[in-house]
Amino acid sequence: MATEALHENETLASLKSEAESLKGKLEEERAKLHDVELHQVAERVEALGQFVMKTRRTLKGHGNKVLCMDWCKDKRRIVSSSQDGKVIVWDSFTTNKEHAVTMPCTWVMACANAPSGCAIACGGLDNKCSVYPLTFDKNENMAAKKKSVAMHTNYLSACSFTNSDMQILTASGDGTCALWDVESGQLLQSFHGHGADVLCLDLAPSETGNTFVSGGCDKKAMVWDMRSGQCVQAFETHESDINSVRYYPSGDAFASGSDDATCRLYDLRADREVAIYSKESIIFGASSVDFSLSGRLLFAGYNDYTINVWDVLKGSRVSILFGHENRVSTLRVSPDGTAFCSGSWDHTLRVWA
Amino acid sequence: MPHLRKMERVVVSMQDPDQGVKMRSQRLLVTVIPHAVTGGDVVQWLTQKFCISEEEARHLGAVLVQHGYIYPLRDPRSLVLRPDETPYRFQTPYFWTSTLWPAAELDYAIYLAKKNIRKQGTLVDYEKECYDRLHTKINHAWDLVLMQAREQLRAAKQRRKGDRLVIACQEQTYWLVNRPPPGAPSVLEQSPGRGSCAASRVHMRGDFYKQEIEYCRRALGRTRVKSSVCLEAYLSFCGQRGPHDPLVSGCLPSNPWISDDDAYWVMNAPTVVAPTKLRVERWGFSFRELLEDPVGRAHFMDFLGKEFSGENLSFWEACEELRYGAQAQVPTLVDAVYQQFLAPGAARWVNIDSRTMERTLEGLRQPHRYVLDDAQLHIYMLMKKDSYPRFLKSDMYKGLLAEAGIPLETKKRVFPFSRRPRHSSPSPALLPTPVEPTAAGGPGGGDGVA
Repeated sequence: MATEALHENETLASLKSEAESLKGKLEEERAKLHDVELHQVAERVEALGQFVMKTRRTLKGHGNKVLCMDWCKDKRRIVSSSQDGKVIVWDSFTTNKEHAVTMPCTWVMACANAPSGCAIACGGLDNKCSVYPLTFDKNENMAAKKKSVAMHTNYLSACSFTNSDMQILTASGDGTCALWDVESGQLLQSFHGHGADVLCLDLAPSETGNTFVSGGCDKKAMVWDMRSGQCVQAFETHESDINSVRYYPSGDAFASGSDDATCRLYDLRADREVAIYSKESIIFGASSVDFSLSGRLLFAGYNDYTINVWDVLKGSRVSILFGHENRVSTLRVSPDGTAFCSGSWDHTLRVWA
Repeated sequence: MPHLRKMERVVVSMQDPDQGVKMRSQRLLVTVIPHAVTGGDVVQWLTQKFCISEEEARHLGAVLVQHGYIYPLRDPRSLVLRPDETPYRFQTPYFWTSTLWPAAELDYAIYLAKKNIRKQGTLVDYEKECYDRLHTKINHAWDLVLMQAREQLRAAKQRRKGDRLVIACQEQTYWLVNRPPPGAPSVLEQSPGRGSCAASRVHMRGDFYKQEIEYCRRALGRTRVKSSVCLEAYLSFCGQRGPHDPLVSGCLPSNPWISDDDAYWVMNAPTVVAPTKLRVERWGFSFRELLEDPVGRAHFMDFLGKEFSGENLSFWEACEELRYGAQAQVPTLVDAVYQQFLAPGAARWVNIDSRTMERTLEGLRQPHRYVLDDAQLHIYMLMKKDSYPRFLKSDMYKGLLAEAGIPLETKKRVFPFSRRPRHSSPSPALLPTPVEPTAAGGPGGGDGVA
């Protein structure tokens, strides 16, 4: 029996080293076709003008840290979730609160709006993702119609509806992502491959709508085929946890924000990292990133309470925005690109334009 | 926590005798404290070292003070960086978060006890509460706490006054960081479950590495595109979309968030009779862009109707509904699509090549949500490569482009202090579900009524 255990250990070690050496070869292959840097190509692009972005709305009402937010397709409503278990739907243009739900758990780390605008999904330390249909009927209790959809074995870190109200994609601290049928709660596909907690995901805006990217505590960003469950591409250049991933609007690349204080751009066709957005004075991790409509600007919220605006092509920082009084935990550009919203541990959300 | 290491590197270089911040001796009442720096010098050093604005330097300096790496010599109650003559000192590495974390309850109890003994009434409200709570909690070891406190006070008396003052400030700062007063942000707080990322919950068994190996082998064989080609694509994409990006180029008549006027949203509503010029232009950027816009899609459907190929788009829409529909609906939807589009003699038969049709019909024996993927892709490509370019060259599209208007910029407000009333809009959750005439239903799925 003892010999058996030893054999097992040896095999594990040799497998690990084989994986490492193959990864090394992969990096060599990727480097072969890298003939120019992005900022070199971008030299002939006109520099952006001075940016004056200000807080245009401040949403106050959460009693604790805001952890996540998502825009509605109507370009003005948002849903936000907080550490105290509250999930609020706001018309952020008028700053009115329209719905509020109290989850049975604290740290609601993920929330999302359904494409129809008629439902929201949320979850966190309860290890589940639940869907609440939105109702204006005063006699109805929103919590009563709640549907438990996803079940993970650890906290829910991110969730997103696919093209319809009927499917949800989730990411979890248990190291997996999963695709669920909302109506039945059935698991349609699961995605294994991360070596640690998965912290974020984003669906690809591609024509065939088949892939998504996820980032995790294992410093890896992985692109998945939704149909087969297989990982189609993986990138491992960050030096710490990846907190946020977001596709470039064309779908040919994606950006990531990490605890190593950098944001990086990965091109899917070149199959490599093509840009790093960092500055010596930026020490704290980037918690969330999003692109402006044209992909020219990258907005990133950081744990040092600031938001940095990057010129995606030239690689330079265009602007730094102050205002939040605690770490920025979530950031999304509105669907029509007229503004972006940031949520923070200072209990507020801000809309900037 | 990589940011802590980085902050430590910064404060170490700030203490460099040649390149660091100017050190001076600071007089506090009758005591002289050596190796002090002023808040203003700290800000200036950061500005120069990192080539950043003063505002950013003040923010960075404030963050260093909040984490206790730089502590105030006067008024150590608040960890705030004053960019003037206010004196500060660098925290000794013994008290760094990376050295001495997490802070122990016992140590906090001893600290509070010392404060209490040294001078009755120095404990602030929240400290008194903590003290009482700890007393109850560590009641069994309270004698030890008091003994330690007295011993530390006695040892401190033997030091020079300057040293005593400095140590007291450092201790106070350390506890302000590790036990912040209620209402103050705790800089050391983490998201739940993150601290233990090193201890992976995913078991690194043989399977995990085998999966990685398999992935690497597949990846080594993939075709890659030269960087220059990929990067050029970004330039043209950003260049093309720039004028359509409100945050880069502004938007007409005005950005609703800035002007408080929602005219922009009214003019660009999903189903509007007269789309703006920019919007109609976007339909020419890519086939996906055209289909994603309900108005664009509707015009394209009209165009296809004129060419008697409207069933292609309808088929594609039906396939989308299958792919993103409820699991329980799959068999019904597959059957409906088959009957309407694929069966021999179907009312809206779509023209798919024979090989794809064969594969599809084979797959239909065991219907699942992806069973129509091949056929859908074939029809999508047909529309994209054939109908779409013709649509863009058509009189219909050219006419729409010519008709489409550019909104006038909203005039600046004459009375800047009167705020424009912000109109509310009906929530999508209130709107009745649109009823689509096509058999397989419209895009989006509405509220999924069975």
